[in-house]
Amino acid sequence: MTWETVIGLEVHVQLATNSKLFSGSSTHFGAAPNTQASLYDLAMPGTLPVMNEEVLRMAVSFGLAVDAEIGKRSVFDRKNYFYPDLPKGYQISQLDFPTVGRGSLKIQLEDGSDKIIAITRAHIEEDAGKSLHEDFQGMSGIDLNRAGTPLLEIVSDPDLRNAKEAVAYLKKLHSIILYLGISDGNMAQGSMRCDANVSMRKKGDTEFGTRTEIKNVNSFRFVEKAINYEVQRQIEILGDGGRIVQETRLYDSDKDETRSMRSKEVANDYRYFPEPDLLPVVIDDAFIDAIRATLPELPDARCQRFITQYGLSEYDADVLTSSRDMAEYFEAVVALCGDAKLSANWVSADLLGLLNKQDLNISASPISPQSLGTLISRIKDNTISGKIAKTVFEVLSDGETDVDAIIEARGLKQVTDTGAIEKLVDDVIAANPDQVAQYRGGKEAVFGFFVGQAMKLSKGKANPAQLNELLRKKLSA
Amino acid sequence: MLSKTVAELATALANKDVSSVELTQAYLDRIAQLNPALNAYVTLTPERALAQAAAADAARAAGQATPLTGIPIAHKDIFCTRDVLTACGSRMLANFTSPYDACVVERLQAAGAVMLGKTNMDEFAMGSSNETSHFGPVHNPWDQARVPGGSSGGSAAAVAADLCAMATGTDTGGSIRQPASFCGITGLKPTYGRVSRWGMIAFASSLDQAGPLSKSAEDAALMMNVIAGADARDSTCLDIPAEDFTAQLSKPLTGLRIGLPREHFSSGLSTSVQEILQLAIRKLESLGATFRDIELPNNHLSVPAYYVIAPAEASANLSRFDGARFGYRCENPVNLEDMYKRSRGEGFGDEVKRRIMVGTYALSAGYYDAYYKKAQKIRRLIKEDFDTAFKDVDLILGPTSPHTAFKLGEKNSDPVTMYLEDIYTIAVNLAGLPGMSLPAGMLGGLPIGMQLVGPALSESRLLNVAHQFQLHTDWHTQRPEV
Repeated sequence: MTWETVIGLEVHVQLATNSKLFSGSSTHFGAAPNTQASLYDLAMPGTLPVMNEEVLRMAVSFGLAVDAEIGKRSVFDRKNYFYPDLPKGYQISQLDFPTVGRGSLKIQLEDGSDKIIAITRAHIEEDAGKSLHEDFQGMSGIDLNRAGTPLLEIVSDPDLRNAKEAVAYLKKLHSIILYLGISDGNMAQGSMRCDANVSMRKKGDTEFGTRTEIKNVNSFRFVEKAINYEVQRQIEILGDGGRIVQETRLYDSDKDETRSMRSKEVANDYRYFPEPDLLPVVIDDAFIDAIRATLPELPDARCQRFITQYGLSEYDADVLTSSRDMAEYFEAVVALCGDAKLSANWVSADLLGLLNKQDLNISASPISPQSLGTLISRIKDNTISGKIAKTVFEVLSDGETDVDAIIEARGLKQVTDTGAIEKLVDDVIAANPDQVAQYRGGKEAVFGFFVGQAMKLSKGKANPAQLNELLRKKLSA
Repeated sequence: MLSKTVAELATALANKDVSSVELTQAYLDRIAQLNPALNAYVTLTPERALAQAAAADAARAAGQATPLTGIPIAHKDIFCTRDVLTACGSRMLANFTSPYDACVVERLQAAGAVMLGKTNMDEFAMGSSNETSHFGPVHNPWDQARVPGGSSGGSAAAVAADLCAMATGTDTGGSIRQPASFCGITGLKPTYGRVSRWGMIAFASSLDQAGPLSKSAEDAALMMNVIAGADARDSTCLDIPAEDFTAQLSKPLTGLRIGLPREHFSSGLSTSVQEILQLAIRKLESLGATFRDIELPNNHLSVPAYYVIAPAEASANLSRFDGARFGYRCENPVNLEDMYKRSRGEGFGDEVKRRIMVGTYALSAGYYDAYYKKAQKIRRLIKEDFDTAFKDVDLILGPTSPHTAFKLGEKNSDPVTMYLEDIYTIAVNLAGLPGMSLPAGMLGGLPIGMQLVGPALSESRLLNVAHQFQLHTDWHTQRPEV
């Protein structure tokens, strides 16, 4: 039996506002427990929510970025359930009239082809606080700093067919969010959290199978592993003639498995109804157009521009636009050195290699775009060779910043003086009479030997083009 | 002195006939004497009151007096008052000292009013007789065997018994107007959104509105001048310019068109109340008003619609009372669920629990459309009835309540009988309109009120009509012998 995997993702993105969705409390991460909880966040009797307009702008900008219908009239609803980290006993969310309606985004599959993933909706809601179960002698502590932080919950259609597609979708979403600057996207801190709905069906079926929802997945890698685990688990059950139970499952990254959460969590009736403390949010075309006008260039558009403007390959353009920081870094390098191809090579090969090795984000790169741009300029103006440049790059990666000073201090400057190179050539020819005879006898391949010898003699500093020219001239004489 | 209106007291204070400290002390003395029998106040703040009074006298001496400077008032215990118990008539909040002031409290304080204390009320404003209060019922000053009405019963009784010059109340389905009627005073429920709900403990958010309970329409206007107006902390509070509600008080009633809803003068209303209203109508006619019959065809649906919408909202509004952060927590909870169940089970009274259950049911999957959604449709129809009526008339007049104050214990065994108490007032909340009750006559030694309802934001007109009526009648000046 061949099974087809069906995946839909619900992604919660914490919006990077200064204050909470409905109160003036700070949203800054990492403060001492309950120091960022106002009267409203504590659900004090008589307190009321006031909508943070910045949240609306961010949600609309996301909607525009994924070509979504924008809800001109969005309505907040109360989602009722009891939990200690939910002080009001209800979460304010959007049920029937979300701010962002149907949209889509494009992902690239492993074979290089594109696939469009439909976005069902994206709605604004408040985050809950945190329950802390350790250090309280059998009791639980509640930290309400996070309570009321604005979230955008982005729901996809069940268009994803395997874990890799799910990760590609998530990465694309992550990239768009960072391009828009509406979230820091930090998955480890919970700024972007993913729930995956996974079901299986026989290949060719049009009906969906029973799904499970995997909660609490907080990295791209874990999303992939959690889905793969869940797919295997479901295939085994179905293969044995069993049935999948619709339930919420928790991914445990330590054990690399999903396990069932208490069924109580699933059986909730949230008793949604319109939030009477807030008026419907009504926006007009002018509001939307004003946001559209300030949208940054998004990954897909930037990728296209890199191909046409810089003549990059689709692959390079894709890599270099995968994050806004990366694209900005690349463009800063190009602006300095004027050579897009060389810049692309240095950024995508050397720099990314270095960053991967040190597990750093490009925003934390030890080498600034100014340094890298200068370095490439020095290759272009023949101050150093490409090979010497690698040495300079290493010095830069150790924390030095002044390219010219490095070249100067270490005497790495390329030898371009014709007289000096001529002397090198003469010395090499004189020292290797056998090889000279071979070359002159027609063995063209020996030429490389002379280049190597001369370079070695110059400690790599001889200008390769001049050296080649002189060698040929002298050997042919 | 203590039976004077706010307007009269303001004059007395301005003329230095009395100081605010003297006046405040006089009210405190009368409260000490009468409150044990009436139970109108649940919390007294004498020290704070005298300090505020002294500050008010100083402000007056410095030439900074406003009409309410130094006027002793009472707040319904639904308004949060900083550092003062705010119990909302419930065991759940019997230990709750608010960390902040409600907008209404803040504004009255800033205007120089003196807070004497907090008044008794039905638990979480759920009741029409004040009998659901955790702190015991309030006794009607006209007859202590009778209820003062509810839920703002403590405020109404305090004003009627001269235990304060004026009081704040809230009205979700009639909670200002019906006790005003039962206690023979003037009560105004403003247009929804006129007065900020910030700091007012929510019962049903889309219906709740704060307003004055006073000895005259003029006094109500004076309080409205202070409490009404935009507040950025309440998104449903209307962002409209401040209004001087006293400006139109003296306007003659010539040309005023008043509608009499057939539905309010039908079989449910006793002949004696009808007769009293007829006398009031004739009085207003003599002042220049004309009357015509109108129809509010969906009025009979207002009680059932209300008892879906209000409990639904309440069921969510009261979820925060879970024993976790403030308020009542049961002894030795064994786990989270036990804490929730027992804290709420022990902290809430029967009527509150009944409404939470009704509201939870109405919002449940499978019942939402049949109850909540349908009730919202009816709400729209009721509003449209008023819109249609106000095409032909300026105001609507009718009874506030079907009868005078009933006896304690008479109706509290059957919730539905109690719910029907608000049959004339509830539609006004559902439509978000301003309504007021003012004394229209006496029946068997008990006061009876009439209700005036106007289109949205017509408070000035309502107050004008009430004031003109009061200039030519003395029902509002009658005081009980306590």
